[in-house]
Amino acid sequence: MSTTTTPQRTRRRGELGRAGSLASHGILIVASLIALFPIAWLVFLSLGPDSDDYLHPAGIWKKMTLGNYSFVLQHTEFFDWLKSSLIVSLGTTVIGVTIAASTGYAVSRMRFPGYRKFMWVLLVTQMFPIAVLIVPMYQILADLQLIDSYLGLILVYCSTAVPYCAWLLKGYFDTIPFEIDEAGRVDGLNPFGTFARLILPLAKPGLAVAAFYSFLTAFGEVAFASTFMLSDTKYTFAVGLQTFVSEHDAQRNLMAATAVLIAIPVAAFFYLVQKNLVTGLTAGGTKG
Amino acid sequence: MTVAIDRATGKRHGDRAPRPGPRGRLKSAYQKHWYAYAMIIPVVVVLGVLVLYPLVYGLYLTLTDANSLNTARTIGVNHIDATYKFIGLDNYKDILFGPTSYDRFWSHFIWTIVWTAVCVTLHYTIGLALALLLNQKLRGRTLYRLILILPWAVPTFVTVFGWRFMLADGGIINTALHTLHLPQPDWLESTFWQRTAAIMVNTWCGVPFMMVSMLGGLQSIDASLYEAAEMDGAGPWQRFRYVTLPGLRSVSSTVVLLGVIWTFNQFAVIFLLFGNTAPDASILVTWSYYLGFGQQPRDFAQSAAYGILLLAILIVFTSFYRRWLNRNDQQLAI
Repeated sequence: MSTTTTPQRTRRRGELGRAGSLASHGILIVASLIALFPIAWLVFLSLGPDSDDYLHPAGIWKKMTLGNYSFVLQHTEFFDWLKSSLIVSLGTTVIGVTIAASTGYAVSRMRFPGYRKFMWVLLVTQMFPIAVLIVPMYQILADLQLIDSYLGLILVYCSTAVPYCAWLLKGYFDTIPFEIDEAGRVDGLNPFGTFARLILPLAKPGLAVAAFYSFLTAFGEVAFASTFMLSDTKYTFAVGLQTFVSEHDAQRNLMAATAVLIAIPVAAFFYLVQKNLVTGLTAGGTKG
Repeated sequence: MTVAIDRATGKRHGDRAPRPGPRGRLKSAYQKHWYAYAMIIPVVVVLGVLVLYPLVYGLYLTLTDANSLNTARTIGVNHIDATYKFIGLDNYKDILFGPTSYDRFWSHFIWTIVWTAVCVTLHYTIGLALALLLNQKLRGRTLYRLILILPWAVPTFVTVFGWRFMLADGGIINTALHTLHLPQPDWLESTFWQRTAAIMVNTWCGVPFMMVSMLGGLQSIDASLYEAAEMDGAGPWQRFRYVTLPGLRSVSSTVVLLGVIWTFNQFAVIFLLFGNTAPDASILVTWSYYLGFGQQPRDFAQSAAYGILLLAILIVFTSFYRRWLNRNDQQLAI
């Protein structure tokens, strides 16, 4: 055994020898650099004033400027994109969580005929490739004159957000002790009352996780937004950012600045909620 | 028989009265379960309108020759009615067996399988390795963890553009390779390097989720199991093989399934990295998008048919996967 061979000091469980600790730090530092570098590079490039500065990055040190940022904020549709992104993502989040909450409770607590089939439908809907719905959705929305409208995009996003939230909330409701339901029933509440008065207030963290996740997913969606939003004032960020390279004169410096402006608040938001997000995802993931 | 207690109504499933007739059964099922049905109604309605209806409509479109020239459209003030017609299963026949079907479908199919397998393997092994490192008592591991989840925190559509700058001709990666006197591949032009670049970027994006999930799995393994294994004289490798891996089984089977589904459906990375310029590096999802929206005239029918085929592949895969898990006495954790 390894612990009996160390004479002076017994090593406790989980503590590493010098070599092991060095190796671990070495690997983790390399991995961290790899994780960090592309984003750091984007920030660095955003400080260079010319659109082909990315070819001669060394030159940026001498002419570093925040000009790209002020240009993006003043002369592009940045704030229109911000508005569209927020409307669409928040709309999806609110509708998704509201509609899915009672279903998550029902599938967590009750076994009804058709339960397994219903769960299977919820699972399959989440794995729909975008290619399945994008063509028919495009035709239907065109018929309804909903192409290039926020409502249309919100409805499309709800097709994945709603089943996803239902799954996630089921996972959270499963962690709330069943005794609470029983107490509610003893006190004469029907299942609706139990759900609304006892479980929902307890499930706030779970609801928050579902909300965060729907928000982040809707915010980062590319395919539907690129296809359904046509006028450049209604683009979400995911579409707007592409306009900097799809034109012939690629304005890479402006694009980098916009990318950084988008990334900072989203990453900050992500870090605020990440602890809950991870527990929420795995709680949904480890309960049967 | 296992007795499942319905937690909301407090009734046992096991003890029930002699079976009544079909009408009575329907009535009693309704009386017993109407709470449940009332609660799932909103989701059922939403899924019916937003998923089932488009799905059926899409299925119908795949049986026609609809494209952007013959579907209903409005140009200015003129409304032109749809003129596409029903052609049965010809689209599927053409995609799977028609002339040049290898170039159009099978080559993308093979690449999609390779893409999914390579990406998920890399995600899983790198994620597990980093999780094991972070699960040690190590100085600064919170900081490492925060840095390592950065690729997950920043939206993909932002980071992909960062990679595009790095991979571009004359970008930092090739400059670095040049200084090291190594060959400089044209990452964004030739098919092989495009594929390599796509796998690289997607691996970078997908590792944090795996790492965090595996870390959660590692932390939920009971420490007394390791103690017991050590008492029995198990070395580090044996502890990993007989305690850690079995302890991670349930988390692993879930995240691998999710990883396969997400990678198979990964649209943003390839689409944003190459746009419509790289038909050969397209996986089936982006190729289907190209058919329906990236070319003129837009071929709606074939694009939708690809979508249905993709869904079929995923459903077949998932049911085999679940069956395989069940046979090995494992529960899928979702």
